[in-house]
Amino acid sequence: MQSTVSKAWPILSSRASMSQTDSTAAALVVSEVCKSFQRPEETTHTLKERVLHPRRRAVSRRFDALHDISFSVRKGEFFGIVGRNGSGKSTLLKCMAGIYATSGGHIWVDGRLSTFIELGVGFNPDLAAYDNVVLNGIMLGLSPRQARARYREVIEFAELEEFENLKLKNYSSGMHVRLAFSVAIQVDADILLIDEVLAVGDASFQQKCFDVFNRMRDEGQTIVFVTHDMSAVNRFCHRALLLERGRAVMLGEPDKVADRYLTINFTHAAEHASQGEDNTTEGTPAASDVPRFGNSKATIAEVWLENDHGNRVTSVAREEVASVRALIEFHDDVQNPIAELSVENDEHVPIVVASSLERTEHTGHFRRGDRAVFLFNFGNLLAPGRYFPRVTLAHRGSGLAVIDRYQRDFSFVSINARNTGGVIDIPVHTDNWVLDSE
Amino acid sequence: MKVNVEPETRAALKPLSEQEVLATLEPVLGTGEPIRGPRALADDWRRFWHLTYNIARNEFKLRFFGSVLGYVWQLVRPLLLFGVLLFVYSVGRFAGKAPHNAVALLAGIVLFTFFAEATSGSVRSVVDRENLVRKIQFPRLVIPLSVVLLASFNLALNLIVVFIFALADGVRPMVSWLELPLILVILVVYCIGWSMLLSALFVKFRDIQPIWEVITQIVFYASGILIPVALLHERLGSTEFHLLMLNPLAILVEQFHHAMIDHGALSAGQVVGGWWQLLEPAGIVFALFVVGFWVFNRSAPLIAENL
Repeated sequence: MQSTVSKAWPILSSRASMSQTDSTAAALVVSEVCKSFQRPEETTHTLKERVLHPRRRAVSRRFDALHDISFSVRKGEFFGIVGRNGSGKSTLLKCMAGIYATSGGHIWVDGRLSTFIELGVGFNPDLAAYDNVVLNGIMLGLSPRQARARYREVIEFAELEEFENLKLKNYSSGMHVRLAFSVAIQVDADILLIDEVLAVGDASFQQKCFDVFNRMRDEGQTIVFVTHDMSAVNRFCHRALLLERGRAVMLGEPDKVADRYLTINFTHAAEHASQGEDNTTEGTPAASDVPRFGNSKATIAEVWLENDHGNRVTSVAREEVASVRALIEFHDDVQNPIAELSVENDEHVPIVVASSLERTEHTGHFRRGDRAVFLFNFGNLLAPGRYFPRVTLAHRGSGLAVIDRYQRDFSFVSINARNTGGVIDIPVHTDNWVLDSE
Repeated sequence: MKVNVEPETRAALKPLSEQEVLATLEPVLGTGEPIRGPRALADDWRRFWHLTYNIARNEFKLRFFGSVLGYVWQLVRPLLLFGVLLFVYSVGRFAGKAPHNAVALLAGIVLFTFFAEATSGSVRSVVDRENLVRKIQFPRLVIPLSVVLLASFNLALNLIVVFIFALADGVRPMVSWLELPLILVILVVYCIGWSMLLSALFVKFRDIQPIWEVITQIVFYASGILIPVALLHERLGSTEFHLLMLNPLAILVEQFHHAMIDHGALSAGQVVGGWWQLLEPAGIVFALFVVGFWVFNRSAPLIAENL
């Protein structure tokens, strides 16, 4: 909850201050950058092979990691680069950092640039904090004198005063990371390139990191931040770039980019899952014959999700209206059956349970051979994630006389850029006031 | 079961056209400096030196303080070899008649140890520091150079022992000692040439390491350390001897003996048969340095990907 408190005002204030400064000045310009890797199929890693088979050309396959990426980061901007695993975001960062040579295009940088791809690069476990801090500081661009002068500050920030004489190998991983982060923030760079280093440390240290980021942003430092944590993007970034398979897909407001990212991410997953399902049903027919409940007087043939416009969808945005629908085929006469929907999350916890029993009128009389659709209409307040609708058809009365139950792998995704951490994202009104003091 | 993806989502999946992407960008000028990718050298020479020095210093510290007997262990290796060879010397027939035999032997061993440490240590250096190379931008040449620098620290310490031993053995300080720094500088340059070449080649050819181990052994016997150059001069035919003396290490060791211990020993000029002929090994040192740098510089931008 601290996070939402610290979130609100700095974004506004820094956005305001940004528009006042010259927003056209670019700190970093990336122009039509391409990067391809040669991946050798058979690695000839020895001189012997080269000498014995001088004519054999090493077969290599070209892999294009980045295609024509162009964007610019303004001075004082907190710029996010997001994308799924393998979308090329880290490669792009390494190109900007000068670790990889680009295969095409240009990158210009105005100011001193420093990179954190990993914290504590070059730390030697057999040396004490002092030697590691000094070397790491020099690596990151400090002069030896500056590095030595800032050593105390580093140790204090990392809260490692008691342990500074210990060799690094005796540090816990948390201490290790704290030390590394503390060195990293000592660097006086105009432009920082940061690759998901936030997912480290305990909660209080993470809060410290976030505070540092907030401070840097408010001080007008230019930061390029690579991540797939959408809440961090929303919290810090002024703008974000979305990469997908090495191409720039979108550039703009972080919340819109985050929405797009989630859509792409979950759509892929849904398509992937359904393909997998097709394979299993074809390959092993027995797999579809999951033991089913019920007396088979009717079967639930299909369950799907439909949006307001009558299209079948696999995802639903926050506060969007959609309905879970079930197609039921009756094999016998059934009087007033009841349908129940239970929406489970991926931990099989029912989040929403609804039943046609709550309606005042009966569902009606169905004859053998009838086909009917039962629907459950709702406005989506589910937290982002994947949900599995389970539909049960039962005889009215006891509630245990199940006719059929649908619990196959159909699922849908709730898209919601703001991940509160709660299971349901109900709009909450907050307020506060001061009580009269006497 | 068929999953229907809504058309809007499909549209989202389709990458924006180049124009659309460009349209979201404000017109910007390519201000500032271009990023040129990883290179062997840096524009900032001070940073280059600080990095080299501090990496070497940390490694040195590790060896020194890593174990109780740190420095002693560093000395034990050349001294042990010295002891064994001294025994072989006195038993074998090639115990020269020259004065201060033992001092010459020790000095030779110390110089060879430096050569072996600087070059063999460089072979794996870039690959072993993969973590640095892939994660941070810095001039790549720092890595092999720091290995040579580390070996130089050890050489300096070992030379102290050599000098103490020499004085104890009755060698008197001479004006020609002033020559020694120059010899050492040439030796360092020679080793840097090898270290650049070997470390760059090892990224692609992993059998460089065993090959280099064998070569180091050969170099030891071909450098007039165990068998004095004077003896080789007597026993070998002039062509074979000439070929052998193309080895810069042999000439440097011999000149070191000449300048430090005994003016009676052959000087570098006498060894190759005339001072102007020293251009041959000097040319080798120079060419190796140039080729080594060229190879390293060429592979530097791609080291991070080829590891």
